[in-house]
Amino acid sequence: MGVPGVGKPRWIARFSLLSMLAVVLGGCSLPTFGAFRGATTQGQAEFKLWSWMTIAGLVVAVIVWGLILWAVIAYRRRDPDKMPRQFHSNLPVEIIYTTIPLIIVAFIFFYTVTTENKIDALAPNPAVTIKVTGFQWGWSFSYRNSAGKQIALVETAQRRPPVLAGNPTSPEYPQFVLPLGETTRIVLQSADVVHGFYIPAFNFSRYALPGVTNTFDFTPVHTGVFPGHCSQYCGLYHAEMLFSVRVVKPGAFQTWLNAESASGVVA
Amino acid sequence: MTPAAYRPVVLDESPEHEHGPSGLLKWITSTDHKVIGKSYMITSLVFFLLAGLMAMLIRAQLANPDSTLLSQHTYNEMFTMHGSLMIYLFVGPVAFGGLANYIVPLQIGAPDMAFPRLNALSYWLYLGGGSLMMTGFLTTGSAADFGWVAYAPLSNSINTPGAGPDLWIVALLLTGFSAIFTSVNLVSTIYYLRAPGMTMFRMPIFTWNMLVTGILILIAFPVFTSALVLLWCDRHLGTHIFEVSGGGVPVLWQDLFWFFGHPEVYILALPFFGIVTDVIAVFSRKPIFGYRGMVFATISIAALSTSVWAHHMFTTGVVLLPFFSLMSYLIAVPTGIKFFNWIGTMWRGSVKFDTPMLFAVGFLVTFLMGGVSGILLASPPIDFATHDTYFVVAHFHSVVMSLVMAAFAGFFYWYPKMTGRMLREGLGKATFWLMFVGTNVTFLPMYLVGLKGMPRRIAEYAATDGFTTLNRISSAGSVLLFFSVSIFLVNALVSWWKPIPAGDNPWDASSLEWATTSPPPQHNFLKIPPIRSQRPVWDHNHPEDRIIEREGPRLGALVASAGGGTVLLDEVGLVGADTIETRDPDR
Repeated sequence: MGVPGVGKPRWIARFSLLSMLAVVLGGCSLPTFGAFRGATTQGQAEFKLWSWMTIAGLVVAVIVWGLILWAVIAYRRRDPDKMPRQFHSNLPVEIIYTTIPLIIVAFIFFYTVTTENKIDALAPNPAVTIKVTGFQWGWSFSYRNSAGKQIALVETAQRRPPVLAGNPTSPEYPQFVLPLGETTRIVLQSADVVHGFYIPAFNFSRYALPGVTNTFDFTPVHTGVFPGHCSQYCGLYHAEMLFSVRVVKPGAFQTWLNAESASGVVA
Repeated sequence: MTPAAYRPVVLDESPEHEHGPSGLLKWITSTDHKVIGKSYMITSLVFFLLAGLMAMLIRAQLANPDSTLLSQHTYNEMFTMHGSLMIYLFVGPVAFGGLANYIVPLQIGAPDMAFPRLNALSYWLYLGGGSLMMTGFLTTGSAADFGWVAYAPLSNSINTPGAGPDLWIVALLLTGFSAIFTSVNLVSTIYYLRAPGMTMFRMPIFTWNMLVTGILILIAFPVFTSALVLLWCDRHLGTHIFEVSGGGVPVLWQDLFWFFGHPEVYILALPFFGIVTDVIAVFSRKPIFGYRGMVFATISIAALSTSVWAHHMFTTGVVLLPFFSLMSYLIAVPTGIKFFNWIGTMWRGSVKFDTPMLFAVGFLVTFLMGGVSGILLASPPIDFATHDTYFVVAHFHSVVMSLVMAAFAGFFYWYPKMTGRMLREGLGKATFWLMFVGTNVTFLPMYLVGLKGMPRRIAEYAATDGFTTLNRISSAGSVLLFFSVSIFLVNALVSWWKPIPAGDNPWDASSLEWATTSPPPQHNFLKIPPIRSQRPVWDHNHPEDRIIEREGPRLGALVASAGGGTVLLDEVGLVGADTIETRDPDR
């Protein structure tokens, strides 16, 4: 039976326009859609995936929203006496709208897996190792030497009841330091309940899970101070479990580390 | 075969000859699925209003940085109870306890549910459980405040002592059993109580989706209910199932919880997909486009939903990322099929925008936003960046608000059937537009504030965080939602004081519930029209535009040669594969 096409030329025009737009934007710099570009190599890999998947998602969404809008406008009831033709299927159309999503899924799955492998990859010889422990309600950052011995410690001061949540970068919250361009290994643990170690500008979070040690790498590509939060709800003062990270040039990092080691906090 | 007049069905009693108690006693002792269904709906609406008021408090708190309107402790209680009431006591029960209870027996031509007394028990367990959860507010230690997911070991007796959390656990045990009993009832009813001629592939999609939902509940809820028992043992009997100290595994709770929790998402969603499907077909005056594709899409969504739970746990570092990511992506395929079927149903139809249809279209637009952001979150790297931020909050509120719109589509669509009265169209449209605009104003800014790094469940933020403006827009939107729901309540009151009689079939709908009176008599039907297609009432009212099923030549011949198998396949309607059309105005 002859069911005419769904205005295919219009689809194709809209689709290719958006794809072209995406490619042009991608040529210079990918659109952020409100997200961070990533201050580490891992975060930048995530950002590329985010940006491309959001472009793809928006293209699909705009097409489907367009179809919904078209259907409700084009087929609104004009003549109450005219009965529409009672058809209930169209095999070619049904095959198309089952197959195309499958192909899209295959592509994004491939891109996702290659990206997550990059982000989760562990360097064989990290320049710095920090053992991070989340506890109610604070963080401790213990710098370790190659023998696993603590050489510097930054941690939340024990002070309860706390003041209102301030800026994560303000001095009452701990600030740990990373060297620019070098790979730092984070060894993450929890002392009590589940916490979320979250640095928005790094596009990364990981649970501090009791009984589990999570390990991952950061390779910062920008200097600066970046806020951090506990992302997983962990009880009364969850909102105040703040910290920050400062990325400095390697020389400045060494100076800072020596000063911290000499200050005597080290066990 | 021409459509016959309604054929009488033997009934042993008619509404004029009701015996037994009346008034309050009748309500308490009733085993009528319609009474129980209405009780479920009213009770769940009360929980919805309470949870909505809690949401208003949350939005009031977050409208300003460094807010001290609520203490941290009260704020933690508010979001815990808001989530718990909405998920456990409203969105699910209003669908499988309320609408399905009322509508499914009518749609399949049954006099009641398969186990009416079990049905009553379900309701009383639900009411008892729900009330028990609320009594947490009366205890000295206050209500549960460990989040609606109650992650171990935060939920143990050291970190969250007191009666409130215990009441929360017992409440969910009760409502868990309630849900299990209801789904046993629904599945049995749909399998065994269909009227003659109502083959599986002639059931309305709402009934189909309730069948699949029932099966999903039977898979998911026993796991959750058992996990709650284990949590109780940890709290009171000295076990260490979720405690590292005794050799237990905290992340086990997350596995058990989400093994329930993700199917639960579809337990919440599938009933509303069903409502929307039926509403779109009726208001487009067309059969459902791709009916069988729709049924198989529903079944695939349900099947896939049992193997995606760890996408809630991507940042734990202890799950197999590619597997759970792929399974989650794959759900997009059957969901996409549904979208195209919904659009295909409107395609070349005659679409009328009464309130139920407006809500159905609002569902499509809003749910798409939730779906697309859901695909992004199914990608582990993107989840690393957005997990536990407002981006996730925005994502699932796009989804649940679309379901709320679908619920309102259902209320407006079936209210005439349940009460015999129409709701006011003008007030209904005001409810819709306020809800649609309010949803987007409230929740779209949350995507952005999440991407800026605002974690969820924080009682306050600093002015320097840069979250203030977006939070204020959200809070303003929540006021629109408040007025939207208020207008709906006014609408119900107006229909009570100044009724407009509805008649049996005000929407010119096609499924069996519209063949009986509004409201239906005690045992539902005095007469049932012959059921020869998916649209028995339509066939009767529009004999010129009915679709006549005939044995499909290909599959039919194949099956005929298989002998005894024919009966079974005919039962599920597989041999009615092909259809012919009786009229084509385009030719």
